[in-house]
Parts: sequence; structure tokens; C-alpha cells
Amino acid sequence: MKLIIAIIRSNKLDQVRESLVKKGIERITVSRVAGHGRHTKTELYRGKLVVPGLTPKMRIEIAVNDDFVESTVAAILESASGGGDGIIGDGKIFITPLDDCIRIRTGERGSDAI
Amino acid sequence: MKKSYLLLLILLSFNLSAFASGTNEIDSGATAWMIMSTALVLLMIPGLAMFYGGLVRSKNVLGTMMHSFVAMGVMSLLWVVVGYSMCFGENTLGGWIGWNSDYLFLNGIDESIMEGGIPELVFAMFQGKFAIITPALIAGAFAERVSFKGYVLFIILWGIFVYNPLCHWVWAEDGFLYNLGPMGAIDYAGGTVVHISAGISGLVAAIYLGKRRGYPNHHLRPNNLVMTLMGAGLLWVGWFGFNAGSSISSGLGTAQALTATQVAAAAGAVSWIIIESFHHGKATALGFVSGVLAGLVSVTPAAGVVQPIGAIALGILATMVCYLAVILKDKLGYDDSLDAFGIHGMGAIVGALALSFFIRDSWMTEAALANGGTWSSFQQLGIQAAAVGIAIVYAAAGSLIIIFIVEKTVGFKAKPCDELDGLDYAYHGERGYGMLTPN
Repeated sequence: MKLIIAIIRSNKLDQVRESLVKKGIERITVSRVAGHGRHTKTELYRGKLVVPGLTPKMRIEIAVNDDFVESTVAAILESASGGGDGIIGDGKIFITPLDDCIRIRTGERGSDAI
Repeated sequence: MKKSYLLLLILLSFNLSAFASGTNEIDSGATAWMIMSTALVLLMIPGLAMFYGGLVRSKNVLGTMMHSFVAMGVMSLLWVVVGYSMCFGENTLGGWIGWNSDYLFLNGIDESIMEGGIPELVFAMFQGKFAIITPALIAGAFAERVSFKGYVLFIILWGIFVYNPLCHWVWAEDGFLYNLGPMGAIDYAGGTVVHISAGISGLVAAIYLGKRRGYPNHHLRPNNLVMTLMGAGLLWVGWFGFNAGSSISSGLGTAQALTATQVAAAAGAVSWIIIESFHHGKATALGFVSGVLAGLVSVTPAAGVVQPIGAIALGILATMVCYLAVILKDKLGYDDSLDAFGIHGMGAIVGALALSFFIRDSWMTEAALANGGTWSSFQQLGIQAAAVGIAIVYAAAGSLIIIFIVEKTVGFKAKPCDELDGLDYAYHGERGYGMLTPN
């Protein structure tokens, strides 16, 4: 079992969700986050150009069984890029091992609970 | 004896001089109320901004509120430049619009006082608020998916070519709907001019521009119903200026309109939550304020002619029809995002037609006299239906042409990437909130 954490552009959330659902991955958690990257796009505030200190992003967490890892990653890669124009800020995907998973309602553990 | 002659002479000469100068005296009571009403109608526009702003997703909140706010800027200027002249000037182009070059920039009415003792500038400003709120109402139908530039061009063209002619026909003394039948088509405060025209134009725009991305498969949830409720509250308060101010006086007619307005709003709201309780088992806050609006909209054309029992009937009737219209929208699949047509269009059509059966007796007696004997509710219904039909056809046709022109020139529908970014960031470079919900 793996935990996949993807940090993506806020405006890509709809496409990423649709792409994941298309590949049969429907159990996800989404939160708004902010952070630093190499992203230095300027924004206009009161007539001044400023580089925002923290850029808003979306964070998606997906717990999957091992055989779903590649299709999940492929789904995110297909849908989350800014159109292939090479502008910084498309985000990152992190994959970590997942020790266990428990469904609270039934108490099931492991792969079955995912 | 001599003294009393002198007094008579003085009084006579005083009266004569007043008569000779031909100006009306200012009635400070009426003027004060009309200034108050003007401010109240203006208050409805930020109210509308909050009402609509709360109903969209958080990435579109500023863009949606700006639809109302920018109308306060653009339409105010347009009104002063040509709007007042086109609405309240003399019949021109076969009565299509009014025109009076004295009214351009309101130059010629600087010192004029109207018959009711109200400075004409106050009347012009009061009417100007209606020209602001009407295009802002339409924005509810195509919320979350139009470009800012396209919207601004749309309200300019719509104001000039749809609102101004309609306003002239219904409210100018030489307008043809004002003079239809013995006592005219009844549109006290803007059922046809404001709500039907906005509702129908919104419907046309919603169908022409297409749906929002994700509608109707995804539930596009309101970002802040608290703000929507505050906006609805402001609208209700402001509506007293809208309806009671439309008496253009401060007297019995004002009191009658004020009462009808309060009662219809309450009846609409209560019936909405009753219907909802039976239908879904819960009375929603959004349902309550939808009912408030349905009631207010339906009594807008009728406020001057119905008594409280009629206002209650109109409120209940409008809510029933609007409730069905909102359900039907999902069945038919067009994306009238915030129900500009479902509430404003349908509510006003119901109000403008059904009011025929609740007109107070004194009005009917007067109409019968003017008609030379008799005048029935059904005859008035015919007049009302004609006015409603003309407003629907004219607003639909005019809007369709304008939307087509805007779409082909500056572009009306937001580009897909802008729609995904949200109007706030795409067109204004700002965000309405911090980061509250991932929606």
C-alpha cells in the first residue's frame, strides 16, 4: 500500500478529479494548502507587481494498493500539467509507503480497507 | 373695510404671481421621501451583489459581485448621458424611444420642479437606480462563466437598446403601454420593465452561452449562504424604496405600496418554506430568501393597486410558480445559474398577470368611468397580457442580437481556462477570500 500526495495548481483540481475517476480512483481527500516552490509569477496588487510569498495550491491525498500506483500517477500527470508550455508551478507528486489502513465503520484492516 | 380690501389685494397678487411664474413649489416631505427612496434602491444593488456573490463558488465571488458593482458605475454614467432622455423624453422614431436633447447630461432639468413638488433631478436619479439594477439582475443567469469585458459591453448595449425603450413605453406619459386601455397597463414599480425584461434576457443568455463546466453533473455549491442571506435582507429593505418610492409622492399611495410590499414578501417566504418542508422535509435558508424574492418580485407591478389580501395571494402564487420553475430548470437542463429567470422572470409574469384579479375597487371604478361605463378584471388581464407579451418578445429578441454581437466582437463566454481559474483571478487578478474551502 502506498500513500500518494499530489500538490497541484488550484485551477487543475477539476481536471485531475475527472481524470482519476476515469481510471477508477474515487477515494481521495482534498485540501487547500499554500507554499513556496520555485514559482515566481508576479501578481498585481493595488497597481504594484508583487511576488506572492505563499502560492495557493491544492493537495490531494490518495491511499492505493500497489497495483494502482502507476495508473494513479499517470492520471495526475496527464491532467495536472499547465499545458506543457513549461511554466514553473505545476506541482509535485510524493509517494510514501503506507503501514496500515483501517476502515472505521467495520474495523477492516490492510488492502481490503482501501 | 379698507384694511380687508388691502389684504385681499395682497393675497390675490401673491396668488397671481405664483401662478404667473409657472413653477411648482417644492414639497419638502415628498422630496425627502424620494431622496430616501433613491438611496434605498441604490442599497439594493450591493444587496444583490451579496445575494449573488454568496451563491457562486469561492473562486467567482468577486467577479460576480463586480457584475453588480460595475453596473453602478457604467449604468449611472449612461443614464445621465442619454438614458433619462431616451426614457422620459418625447416620443421619437414612432414612439420606439423618447428623446429630449434638453435631458442630455441632465442639463435642462437643473432647476425644474415636477408637479408633485419634487425636483426633477431627484426623479431622474431615482429612475436611474432602476436602470442600474436591471442589467445587474441578468448577471445571475450567466454567473460564473462570462468575461468581464463582454459583460460590460453587454450591459451598455442592453441598457441603451432594451431597457430604455421598454422604460419609455411603460412609464413615460406618452409611452404606448402607459396609454393602453382606459388606465394603462399596470406596472407600478417595474414588473415588466425590470424583472420580466431581466429574467427573459437572462434565460436567452443562459441558453445561448451554454452551461458552466461541470453543470449539472457536479453540484456547484454556494460559497457563503450567510452573505446571501444578508444580501436578501438588504434587498427586502431596499424594496420599500423600489415600490413605495414609485408613487413619486409621499402620501396614501406610498403607504398602500409599502404595505403590499411587506405582506407579499412575507407570504412568499412563508409559503416557500412550507412547500419545501413537505417536499424535502426541511426548511432551507436559501428557500426562505428565494420566497422573499418571489413575493417581492410579484408585488412589484402590483404594489399600487392591490390591498394586503391581494398581496398575500400574489406572494403565495408567485412562490408556487417559482418553486416549480426552479425544479423544471434542472429537468430542462439549461443553466440559469442563480435563477434570474426562475425567480425574477416567472415571479414578475405571475404578478403582472394575476394582479388583475386583486385590484382595489376604487381603481376599477375609475377605470370603468374612463372606459365609459364598465371595466372588468378580464379586460384588464388582456391589457396586462399584452404588456407582458410585448416585454417578453422585445427583451428576448433584443438580448439575442446583443449577445450575438458581444460574443462575436469582444467575446462574452469566458475562455475555458479562465472559467477554471475563476473569474476573480482571471479578470480581476484578485481572490475574494483566503483559502477556506477547496471548492
